[in-house]
Amino acid sequence: MHNKSVAELSRELESGRISSVELTQQFLDRLKTEDGKYNSFITISEEQALAEARAADEMRAAGKATVWTGVPFAHKDIFCTSGIRTSCGSKMLDNFVPPYDATVTANFKAAGAVCLGKTNMDEFAMGSSNESSFYGAVTNPWGLSGGDKRVPGGSSGGSAAAVAARLVPAATGTDTGGSIRQPAALCGITGLKPTYGRVSRYGMIAFASSLDQGGPMARTAEDAALMLNVMAGHDPKDSTCIDREVPDYTATLNEPLKGLKIGLPKEYFSDQLAPAMQEQVRNAIREYEKLGATVKEVSLPNAKLAIAAYYVIAPAEASANLSRFDGVRYGYRCADPKDLMDMYTRSRAEGFGNEVKRRILVGSYALSAGYFDAYYLKAQKVRRLIQQDFINAFREVDVLMSPVSPTPAFKQGEKNTDPVSMYLEDVFTIAINLAGIPAMSVPAGFVDGLPVGLQIIGDYFSEARLLNAAHQFQQVTDWHQREPQ
Amino acid sequence: MSISREDIEKVAVLARIKVDGEQVSALEKDLGNILDLVDQLSAADTDSVEPMAHPLDAVQKLRPDVVTETNQREAFQAIAPATEDGLYLVPRVIE
Repeated sequence: MHNKSVAELSRELESGRISSVELTQQFLDRLKTEDGKYNSFITISEEQALAEARAADEMRAAGKATVWTGVPFAHKDIFCTSGIRTSCGSKMLDNFVPPYDATVTANFKAAGAVCLGKTNMDEFAMGSSNESSFYGAVTNPWGLSGGDKRVPGGSSGGSAAAVAARLVPAATGTDTGGSIRQPAALCGITGLKPTYGRVSRYGMIAFASSLDQGGPMARTAEDAALMLNVMAGHDPKDSTCIDREVPDYTATLNEPLKGLKIGLPKEYFSDQLAPAMQEQVRNAIREYEKLGATVKEVSLPNAKLAIAAYYVIAPAEASANLSRFDGVRYGYRCADPKDLMDMYTRSRAEGFGNEVKRRILVGSYALSAGYFDAYYLKAQKVRRLIQQDFINAFREVDVLMSPVSPTPAFKQGEKNTDPVSMYLEDVFTIAINLAGIPAMSVPAGFVDGLPVGLQIIGDYFSEARLLNAAHQFQQVTDWHQREPQ
Repeated sequence: MSISREDIEKVAVLARIKVDGEQVSALEKDLGNILDLVDQLSAADTDSVEPMAHPLDAVQKLRPDVVTETNQREAFQAIAPATEDGLYLVPRVIE
């Protein structure tokens, strides 16, 4: 059962060949025996999962089943789950059991899905390797046979590793600068960052509020579509969530791609990209040409400024968002504070890890008196230039394609001593968050036995088209079905 | 662009994060590198560009000013580090 997709598991449950309780128990047993190798979960919520499975079986018996009823999955540990610890990968929230559900959590519950637990992640979603988690690094299921432990990418590395290792068929993720797409690429799975405002951020612990967006991580585009059907939609509890009709994302998966106009941003195919990576991505694009798509070069002249703009905007917003962790209402409080200031400064010094502290400090600096115009305002202006590049490109083409990451999965410990070299991991993904447009990562080949992702970028609210393009590719390739040994 | 020890100590106070001398040295290097990266922005010509706050230029929605939430003080305070009589306890502020 563990090799089946969400769509296949749903059909198994529908046919009555297996109950959700049996299926959930199988997944839990496998999770408990296998995850020691990957550390992809922070919390396994066995008791609640079995209760949800029993409720799902009753829901089905009552004739009220949805596609998701009884299907196991996992949440990134950034989505609040009522009664189940939500740590955001941080010591700060190691003791935090939310009294409420995120809207995304509530949506999956309403559909009858069974949450097996909470997946590991970089602390407060800040990282590209999952090495900044308070709960330890996650190991990529790929590349283990070579003797090296490799990173799964980040920050949604636990979700990506768990899906790749067949511990769960699907998991939620969040993407602020590439945190769904880059781990999806490094673990050989399918991930989608939706348009900013497509999925509610309510109860999704905030990192950079103008960039954060939740989205699906699964093995197939079809499963990602099934997830997005549940996740997307207006939410009065998130004032930035867009009130716009949600299509059935599975309805258009089988549309032919004949005539699809693909743009290749020349800045994303520079000489700095390793030839082997370049070759895999170009091979994937040739498959699209065989399916009837046409290809032309386009330019995103301001894309080179994306990382610089991001590392002002994201830390600035993070410094404001993370000011709520003060040791007063929830979360970590230091022992024996001698006064209020001592309580704040020591609780935060002891509760946050180094990368989180660096970003809070950079953000506080960029927002401080005398620097606001030079940093934050300047970055927001550059952000508009970057957005305008994409708007111009989508006047000429339907989608853009590029690599997701400059390299395949790197070794644990290789980049985590130098923050800036880690930041460059997101060179192809960050501009998309700044513009607020959707993009996918789709398995597209291997370099040295490690997965390579193809990025498909679309205009605002074009998730259905991206999923269609990914699904059609997955009908003629089998990269997404390869299993780590 | 470099950042001085004094700047780091000042910003650490603003951010309410305690840092010791050794950490300041490490931060001097790391934050300096990050600010060098960020300095690429100064080369961009943005004279006539409006800053962008929301990708879709959406504005905040307003809701009717009516009570919609129920009181859940006990549930919220159950996860607090220290409470008493429905109040959050912190170290004494006024002697």
